Amino acid sequence: MSTDLVSGVGPRDGVAVVPKGRTAGRIAFRLPVPPVSGVVRPRLLGVCLLLAGLAFLAFSVETSVGEIDLPLTDVMKALVGTGDPATELIVHELRLPRALAGLLVGVAFGVSGALLQTVTLNPLASPDMMGITQGAGTAVVAGIVLGWDGGMGTQALGLLGALTAGLLVYVLAWKRGTTGYRIVLVGIGVAWICTSATDYLMARGQRFQAQAALGWLVGNLNGRTWDQIGPLALTMAVLLPAALLLGRQIRTLQLGDDVARGLGTRVQVVRVAVLLIAVGLVAFGTATAGPVAFVALAAPQVAQRLAGTAFPPPLAAGLTGAVMVLGSDLAARKLIPDTELPVGVVTGVLGAPVLLWLLIRANRAGSGG
Amino acid sequence: MSSKYESSHDRHGRTRAAGDRRADAPVDGPDLRAEGLRLAYDDRVVVEDLDLVIPTGRVTAIVGANACGKSTLLRALARLLMPKAGTVHLDGRSVHSIPTRTLAQKLGILPQAPVAPEGLTVIDLVGRGRSPHQTWWRQWSQSDEEAVHEALRATAMTDLAHRSVDELSGGQRQRAWIAMAVAQGTPVLLLDEPTTYLDLAHQIDVLDLVTDLNRHQGRTVVMVLHDLNQACRYADHIITMKAGRIAGEGAPADVITAPMVEDVFGLRCVVGEDPVSGTPMVIPMGRHHEGTDSTAVPVSGTTG
Repeated sequence: MSTDLVSGVGPRDGVAVVPKGRTAGRIAFRLPVPPVSGVVRPRLLGVCLLLAGLAFLAFSVETSVGEIDLPLTDVMKALVGTGDPATELIVHELRLPRALAGLLVGVAFGVSGALLQTVTLNPLASPDMMGITQGAGTAVVAGIVLGWDGGMGTQALGLLGALTAGLLVYVLAWKRGTTGYRIVLVGIGVAWICTSATDYLMARGQRFQAQAALGWLVGNLNGRTWDQIGPLALTMAVLLPAALLLGRQIRTLQLGDDVARGLGTRVQVVRVAVLLIAVGLVAFGTATAGPVAFVALAAPQVAQRLAGTAFPPPLAAGLTGAVMVLGSDLAARKLIPDTELPVGVVTGVLGAPVLLWLLIRANRAGSGG
Repeated sequence: MSSKYESSHDRHGRTRAAGDRRADAPVDGPDLRAEGLRLAYDDRVVVEDLDLVIPTGRVTAIVGANACGKSTLLRALARLLMPKAGTVHLDGRSVHSIPTRTLAQKLGILPQAPVAPEGLTVIDLVGRGRSPHQTWWRQWSQSDEEAVHEALRATAMTDLAHRSVDELSGGQRQRAWIAMAVAQGTPVLLLDEPTTYLDLAHQIDVLDLVTDLNRHQGRTVVMVLHDLNQACRYADHIITMKAGRIAGEGAPADVITAPMVEDVFGLRCVVGEDPVSGTPMVIPMGRHHEGTDSTAVPVSGTTG
């Protein structure tokens, strides 16, 4: 984009010039070779850079605090491999997996929420309102209680549960292109079925199993290890580019199914693809850190308002999610001295007001989004 | 192609008016037609055994009473509805066998009362009309930019390009949507009740715009309209529908007659001449305004 920067609002012979209004926040760019072109929104770009900076800051602080607080400079040295061996061991084996888990889970939840909210045109349609997160939860708790715990098993179970719940919502509410409240209502129903199943499993299980399940169900970054990061990172490396590549088609869906189809979008294919991507991200995220509350719901809405766009921007939503999870985890560990709260408690406390605010706003608009 | 067109009309013994007009119509334009269409929602049949040829390079209006199947027919022409039987052909190919993206470069559809997401700017909405011409690496080419700016100019939306769609007036909003369809750059444009929810001045505004698109850009337009007088004025070709079948088609002056309006709409009326355009003008009787001569069936005032 460094060469041949063409202004999207430049004058042209015979074509009226679009005036640069107060919201003229788009700059077209066009490369001669390769023939790549697009529109950059400076405000969105700025917000993304700012959020990336914040996420990096939170990530660094997350690796520096713990039972022994390390100075940030030592952590940086340890990260690039020039620190002293003891610090390197702490950073690499204890701090880094936790911070990475927070970062990746935040991004995964934020992006999946943005995708679902965009294609359903409903700010409430996030995976934790649609039963997908709860589906993953039920499957993982079943694993813990029935004895399939650990490693790849948890990830696979999470995926299975999330897929089942997602499929159920799709079949019951989504197949005919329904948007709006219907999908959220069906999702709430599915979520309750899953929650009841989880409760049943917890009641059936041994006390130590129930305790382990409960710790996980709140959403927790404690004691993450590298082998829990790998599958999530791999999934995201595949699904995030896929989500970004679908961006143009997803944005046509915002204009309604008929308009989107008229614009050449294969509506059902795109919708199923989006659902699968969102389910994959949530499933692996949940399997890694538990169903961290409200991040998938709130992060896209916060990102949309920061960037001033007409849809939740997926990348900015992911970065917002990362900042939320890492920031909440820091708060959970440092806010009350000598107690370490699970991260989900803090995101829940922060997220509930966001949910209320969204509901009030939706009511005022009279449409529910 | 031309002989096939006329034979399909002879077979059904309908008016030849449209066929006669075809002599001066461009021959190389898009050819949109339907054969043996049967359209249904689940088990409820809406349109039965319908044959249709859309005159190339003309404005066609589909009129009819509520629930006669006119919007359903338009949706089928735009491949938004899969026919239970029969096919819609564009340039000799079934629209359902053309890849949806390729079709979207040839045929545009603006559904009834579309809704834009909150905060979407006019230029972004119009830009989405370019979607069928874009790829993931080429999202704003020179031709995209030119098409969008030209569409904004043609619809007089240039000054409002950076306003958000939801804060525009109803007329401006509809023009923004039409601009999106214009930017799509399709030779065929299907519009489902483009004047719905607009006041009279804005209705005329939108219809004048449709005429511009037809005359200056040579686009074939098919629109569903409610107002018969506007249909007579703005369409070259009128298709009247009754209970899922075509009741009449041809030039407005040939089709819109008092007996036809009574048959299709169940409305007794006088058909006079529009003092401005000279096209047929339907003046409804109503129960309270027929005067002393109320039992007499009014004579058709068809213009020649």
